[in-house]
Amino acid sequence: MKLLFEESRPGRGECLIPVCDVPEYALDPACLRSSAPRLPEMAEVDLDRHYTALSKETYGVNCGFYPLGSCTMKYNPRVNEAASSLPGFVQIHPLQPAETVQGALRVLYDTEKLIAEITGMDAMTMQPAAGAHGEYTGLLLIRKYHETRGELAQRTKIIVPDSAHGTNPASAVMAGFSVVSIPSNPEGGVDLQALKNAVGPDTAGLMLTNPNTLGLFDPNILEITKTVHEAGGLCYYDGANLNAVMGQARPGDMGFDCVHVNLHKTFSTPHGGGGPGSGPVGCKAFLAPFLPSSRVREENGKYSLFDPEQTMGRVRSFYGNFLVVVRALTYILTLGRKGIPEASEGAVLNANYMMKRLSEYYTMPYPQPCMHEFVMDIGPLKAETGVNAMDVAKRLLDFGIHPPTMYFPLIVHEALMIEPTETESQETLDAACDALIQIWKEAHEQPEMLHAAPLTKTITRPDDVLAARKPILKYLFDEN
Amino acid sequence: MSNIPENVKYTNSHEWISEESGIATIGLSDFAQDAMGDIVFINLPAVGDAVTAGESFADVESVKAVAEVFSPVSGTVESVNEELLDNPALVNEAPYDAWLIRVSDISERVELMDAAAYAQHCESEKE
Amino acid sequence: MGSYIPSTEEERARMLKTVGMGSPDELFSCIPPEARIHDLNLPDGLTEMEVSARMASLAGENRVFASVFRGAGAYRHYIPSIVTTVTTKEEFVTAYTPYQAEISQGVLQSIFEYQTQICELTGMEVSNASVYDGAVAAAESVLMNVDGRRKKKVLISEAVNPDVLTVVQTYCESRNVPLTVIPMKNHATDPEALRKLLDSECASVCFQQPNYFGILEDAETLIGITHEAGAKAVMNVNPISLGLLKTPGEYGADIACGEGQPLGLPLSFGGPYLGFMATTKELMRKLPGRIVGQTEDTQGRRAYVLTLQAREQHIRREKASSNICSNEALCAMTASVYLAAVGPEGLRRVALNSVSHAHYLAARLSEIEGFALVEDSEFFHEFLMTCPIDPIILNEKLAEQGILGGLPIEGGILWCATELNGKKEIDRLVDLVKEAVR
Repeated sequence: MKLLFEESRPGRGECLIPVCDVPEYALDPACLRSSAPRLPEMAEVDLDRHYTALSKETYGVNCGFYPLGSCTMKYNPRVNEAASSLPGFVQIHPLQPAETVQGALRVLYDTEKLIAEITGMDAMTMQPAAGAHGEYTGLLLIRKYHETRGELAQRTKIIVPDSAHGTNPASAVMAGFSVVSIPSNPEGGVDLQALKNAVGPDTAGLMLTNPNTLGLFDPNILEITKTVHEAGGLCYYDGANLNAVMGQARPGDMGFDCVHVNLHKTFSTPHGGGGPGSGPVGCKAFLAPFLPSSRVREENGKYSLFDPEQTMGRVRSFYGNFLVVVRALTYILTLGRKGIPEASEGAVLNANYMMKRLSEYYTMPYPQPCMHEFVMDIGPLKAETGVNAMDVAKRLLDFGIHPPTMYFPLIVHEALMIEPTETESQETLDAACDALIQIWKEAHEQPEMLHAAPLTKTITRPDDVLAARKPILKYLFDEN
Repeated sequence: MSNIPENVKYTNSHEWISEESGIATIGLSDFAQDAMGDIVFINLPAVGDAVTAGESFADVESVKAVAEVFSPVSGTVESVNEELLDNPALVNEAPYDAWLIRVSDISERVELMDAAAYAQHCESEKE
Repeated sequence: MGSYIPSTEEERARMLKTVGMGSPDELFSCIPPEARIHDLNLPDGLTEMEVSARMASLAGENRVFASVFRGAGAYRHYIPSIVTTVTTKEEFVTAYTPYQAEISQGVLQSIFEYQTQICELTGMEVSNASVYDGAVAAAESVLMNVDGRRKKKVLISEAVNPDVLTVVQTYCESRNVPLTVIPMKNHATDPEALRKLLDSECASVCFQQPNYFGILEDAETLIGITHEAGAKAVMNVNPISLGLLKTPGEYGADIACGEGQPLGLPLSFGGPYLGFMATTKELMRKLPGRIVGQTEDTQGRRAYVLTLQAREQHIRREKASSNICSNEALCAMTASVYLAAVGPEGLRRVALNSVSHAHYLAARLSEIEGFALVEDSEFFHEFLMTCPIDPIILNEKLAEQGILGGLPIEGGILWCATELNGKKEIDRLVDLVKEAVR
């Protein structure tokens, strides 16, 4: 496909902006750029077709099954999109007087109350723009807590299990902590003894995803949080996998002090090819004074903004990815009291169903019933046939299915992590299982074909090594 | 089977080192480059930086991994192999020619192995 | 009402049987009973018709102003029709991060095009695929050069947007990086103060162009002083202004960053917005966030992939320079479509009309007694002006006529005009202001 810059022709394109209706102001010539930016000059029809062509080379949830583990690629309901495009939400300035944005403030306020109830927390901020941003914000709460108690100099360590997302250790470092990684036990949970050995007077806190990245709920969760609390640390819940337990169990009841949720996972807002997401952070009442500025409060039916007394500052301008919050609120109001637990039940049922069907062929390193996702180990298949997790994933593309998450978690070397979500029918799950079973057979009969997969896409496997060794990160006008 | 020449010494973290007239030349062993796969970038220290025996002085990137390189000696970086900045593949192609840094003012050293001991060490690290 | 689950009760029962369970409750038997709940205090679910009405009613409780003279970090510009057409295409909206390049060439190419456009706009060599917003872009930028050994601290101008300043402060404090605010003089960064604050331990110096008060900073002098001390210069720029203004690249800045919202993104009560970051080849590997690169497939065809990934958290974990994972991809695409739709001439006109409207507005308001520019410096499309009455009362009177007036800040009112505030609108505003202060 041609790039915009290759399609551009000097002088083309409609003029969208009128000539200035007041005297043109002449800025000091020393302030002006020497030449115009080489932006595309295109007729609208060609521009429109350009993006139609690009959209056809993009696979979204609306194109088919997307069982990407840990990403909760559920269907993005249309009514959420309709709500988030209402002019009353889209065309308001973030610095309008509070009395002119009562509806918007109420969106933030109501969403806070609803997600606080779902997570068992007392207060929230909608400011973080993504999951990792939420992690960072949650860790700053922990930091402020220790700081106000005069213990920050001593409590410098965040404990993270080895099955954690890479964002956890990276966020801990950004929040000024060092990371202690602890191993998983043979059942895939936190190794309690290792945790007990790791905690101490230097413990600032623990970051935990529960269910974890293997799709397993930690049966020792209460003892885990108790152990950390007894050592004087706080417990952070990474809500990446909240879709497994919403309405069934709450991080607040498991002993967690703060939590982030991913609106673009659990609460059905679309992922936009990598964002915008939203990662609201909730906390128990004792951490609320440290939340970022610009929280919303309600008095006598009037909503207004305020800064918590010992606020950490802010992690983003204004109030977060507001239109994403609008979508999530629409979703939560739609599902309500019954629908929220129904969704997690459906997610867990779908995952167990796929796991059951596939376990006749593929190796399940943790064979107990899973929560909303499960991990297959392609290691044994590789030993037998030479076909690895990458080959299986790439072959799935030929079946019109988005591959599972590959090579994660790191503790299973040839991992494929499957998360079907609740919004898929049994037929869709069966078709995916049939495809994976056929691939298993192909691995034994014609492994060479799998190494070359995908076979039916507009490109074959791209050369990642070339891309990284000789980076070309923009169109090179002067060489073309 | 890895190529393990006898004219250099090795560390258990898979660096090789050869010393001549007070200058140590340090690189990655064939075993190490093979384990990394296609190397796409090497983050090297600057000339004049201090390195410490047993501590990391560089990192090596492949597409999907990054690994630290540990210095077998303490001293001062006397020169770095700038050719590797443009062509890190040299480490894959000829690991014993594609040195990373040269170190002078050598003080301490970590425990080093000869080729035979290192061959055994590599054997024991294979899964 | 409902939960978007396609399977019927009967189908679910059959699937439960397949997995060998007797009741749905068994699915959660691994949860300790003490942590298990069986009810939530939530309202009952709503049908689509009901929820649509509820959301419309909430939207209706917000006032949409026909005429907006307020900026201060969020700017109302004309959004070409094609922008929304493209960015509501369902494949773009519902895709995840393009990890699987073979079925993501569309979104990958669009990010590559975005990166190219940001480089063109800023005059820099390398752009990332976006970060959360302009304030976070500034924070990530000032921290890029901190190495904890030789380069330990950073400086930022007092004349940046206050939200940007607070976010940078929050980020620096948590990383234990000392941050000093460079005082301003006449509402612009004071070069002499900067000179005094700089030393060899300074990693970077950040200022905003045009600054929070709309004033054009003496970028050349500030960057010169910064480089003399061996620090890197971070320019936080308004992308629309770059339709006219000298680029960070031309000034010799090391990093250009900013809020991309003016490029086709609606005001949206503050988000989603777009943080852009661009830098030199020298600093390429310190740039946080995703980056798309061009390569070839096994048959030699051009293809795009996420590249230089060894910088990122999923590989480097605690050693990564940033934790960013999800970014603002669809907002980056919005900016890219916007820039392609307006083209070089359109962008120039947006910038020129904005700056011209702002100067016309300033001149007209100055006709009224008690309204005077606080500084006589060159400004872009915002300016600080005194106000003879309580600015809040003035704004209330304007609001009655459907106008969102300038933002009351210390020293007066920060007014803003863009290409959307035409002559008629400005003349009407001035008449109403005259009436209000009479």
